[in-house]
Order: sequence, then C-alpha cells, then structure tokens
Amino acid sequence: MSPLVVDVVLGGAVVWLAWMSLASRDLFRSVILFIVFGLLMALTWVRLEAPDIALAEAAIGAGLTGALLLDAAAQFTRHGAAVPAAGEPAPASPAPAVDGGEEGATRGSLVLGGLAVLALGGMLVFALLRLPSGTEGLTGQVAEELPRSGVEHPVTAVLLNFRAFDTWLEVSVLLLAALAALIVRRSRGVGDAAEPRAADPVLAALPSVLVPLMVLAAGYLLWLGSHAPGGAFQAGAVLASAAVLLLLAGRRSITALGGASLRLALVLGVLAFLAAALATLLGGSLLLELPPARAGTAILLIEAAVALSIGATLAVLFAAARPVPSSGYGSRGEAAPP
Amino acid sequence: MSAFALYSLVGFALFCIGLHGLITRPHLLRKLLALNIMGSAVFLFLVAVAYRNRDAFPDPVPQAMVLTGIVVAVSTTAFALSLARRLHAQTGRTTLAEEQPE
Repeated sequence: MSPLVVDVVLGGAVVWLAWMSLASRDLFRSVILFIVFGLLMALTWVRLEAPDIALAEAAIGAGLTGALLLDAAAQFTRHGAAVPAAGEPAPASPAPAVDGGEEGATRGSLVLGGLAVLALGGMLVFALLRLPSGTEGLTGQVAEELPRSGVEHPVTAVLLNFRAFDTWLEVSVLLLAALAALIVRRSRGVGDAAEPRAADPVLAALPSVLVPLMVLAAGYLLWLGSHAPGGAFQAGAVLASAAVLLLLAGRRSITALGGASLRLALVLGVLAFLAAALATLLGGSLLLELPPARAGTAILLIEAAVALSIGATLAVLFAAARPVPSSGYGSRGEAAPP
Repeated sequence: MSAFALYSLVGFALFCIGLHGLITRPHLLRKLLALNIMGSAVFLFLVAVAYRNRDAFPDPVPQAMVLTGIVVAVSTTAFALSLARRLHAQTGRTTLAEEQPE
C-alpha cells in the first residue's frame, strides 16, 4: 500500500501539466507538455493497478498521439496561422514558435466557458456524491468465468471473449477513421506521403536497429496478452510506431503498400472477427460465443489479425493527416507562405 | 482520503480544465488537446472505479472499456487533425471562422 503522498504528487502534477499545456502561448510547448501529461497518466494507471492501460497509454496516448500532434504543430507553425482580416497583415514573424494571428480567448467564450464548467462540473459532483458505496462491479463474475475463457488474464478475457462484440465494433471504428482520413485527403492510398531519405545520419540509420526490435517486442506483447498485461492493442501500437519511424526516416514504410495490400491490411481485424462470428453462428452457438476448448487458439488468431490491422490503420492515419504535396490543394487567399 | 476519492477529484479537475480549454481557446490544435484531456479525465474516473471494486484483481470490465476508449480517442484525434491540416493547407487558417472581425 504505497503512501498517499505519491498519489497527491502524481495527481497534482497531472493537473498542473494539463493546465499549462492549454494555457501555454507556444504551440510546440503545448504539445510537448501534453506528451509529458500522457506519460504521467501512464504512471497513474500503474498506480491504479491497470498495467494494460499503462502500456496502451504510453504507446498510443503519449507516443502516437504525440507524434500526430507534433507533425501537425510543425505544419501550423511553419506556414504561420491565419492572417487577421482587420489591422495590419501578419508580419514575417521572426519567432515562428508563437502561433501568430491567434488573439487568445474572447470575452464571450470566457463567460461561456465559466458557465459550462460550473454547470457540467456541478452535475459531475452531484453524480459522484450519489455513487453507491458498496463494492459492486463485475470482478466476481469475471473471476468465475475466467477458467473457461481460454486465457488467464482477466482484461484479455473481457476484451476478446466476454465483450468481443465491443472490440469488433472498436476495430470497425478505427477502420472508419482511416477511411474518413483518406477521403478528406482525396487519395486512394498514402503513397504520396513518402519522404526523401532523412539527411540526419542518425535518424536515417535508426530504423535499421530499432524496427526489428520493435517487431519482436510487438510479437512478444501479443503472445503475452494471454497470461499477463499485454495483447493486441499494445502490440498494434508498437507496430504502428515502427511504421511511423520508417516513414519519418524516409525509408520504405506503409507508404509503399499498394492498393490491394493496403486495403487488406486495414480490414484484416474486422474480417477476423467476422470469420469468428460466422463460425460460431454456423456452429449453432450464440454470436461470438467461443467454445472453451478452442477459445485460447481462436483468441490468439484474432488478436494477431487485430494487431496487424491496428498497426496498419494507425500508420495510415498518421500518413494520411499530411496534406498532399502536389498541387492538389494549396493555400488560397493572401496568406502565401514566404 | 482513499485513492479512489483522490483520483476522482483529479479526474474532476482535469475534466473542468479540458472543458474550459475547449471552449475558450480558439486554436484548433488546442481544442483537440483539451478534448483529449477531457477523455483522460473520464478514463481516470473509470479506472478509479475499477480499482475500488478490486478483489483478486481490479474490475477488468471498466479497464477494457478504457482500453477501447484510448484507441478510439487516438483515431478521433487523427481524423480531426487531418481535417484541421486540410483546412490550414487550403485556407491558411487555424481557427474556425466564427465572426468576421470587420
């Protein structure tokens, strides 16, 4: 039972980081503070005995989200922000880190923000105080059914067996997001997001060392999920990070995948669940009711497909966020980059 | 004060900070950061409830929900970023055009 002072320090640091991240005037600094916030949240998950979530938060919440945000912040600060319509045009700012042109909060939004915080915050406090105080919950039921689920780790059993339908829907949502990003980009793939080989020799050589290790780590995390914290999401996040690293170093990455193989990689997770659903329905059981004898193997196969799919989808989301470099669309109006 | 109470309070503070930032900060990227912070606040509360309900292990159902939530949050953020970057590449703006200053 760790002392409460650790919790107070951790909680206070998390709140302070969130406040500073939103209050900072420098966009780059906001993003960096948010990444640190994500890492401290991972520590909070460890403190609350949720190691699966800590792994996922570190890889996805801090790592991939941080990479996405940094990439976006680089674009926003490189070309400058909006030119104010009134007053003088934005000067060629010698301090590119400050997002010039943004005036900060308006008075109306501050009033609205204060009111919203009071109203919603009040409702939250009211709901919190009315929580039933007995230790209810589903821990007992999960513990009872765990031996028949095919795995030994309770979170994996919930995700891939008891609530497998929710995970199926989640993988579908991920696929939808990738499709939507590609549609916004108006491209059929991400081949044009490829970069030239990085000039920095360390960055150019880094994937040769790291990517094999990351693939190995992803495989280990995948296998680990059956009896310890780990599983498909964490493995998929590590795979996505490897693909993003290759992309940033200018090596062959997700951008090299052609039309058919890209689509297959994206839908593999949804297809795996579909196959399992059809197999259980045709076998006479309920939807996704895995038979205890074969549940372990089935879960491992589904997890492998889901991990590959998550890796591909997150990498595609990263690449698709980058605007098309050709003259597909350029900046209109008077805000021409210098 | 139990760990559950403390982290519920932290989650409440994070939610309020995120909500306030979402409404008051005009830059699209900061609105996304605020949304993510609000999401983390909700996850924190769910995991605190799971911790409170622990027996041999913490309640795995809220933890599975949070795991799902993290993945959905990153895909939402990624899509929102692709929209924001497209908006910026096409118009040079990083804020939503609410009212014209003139």
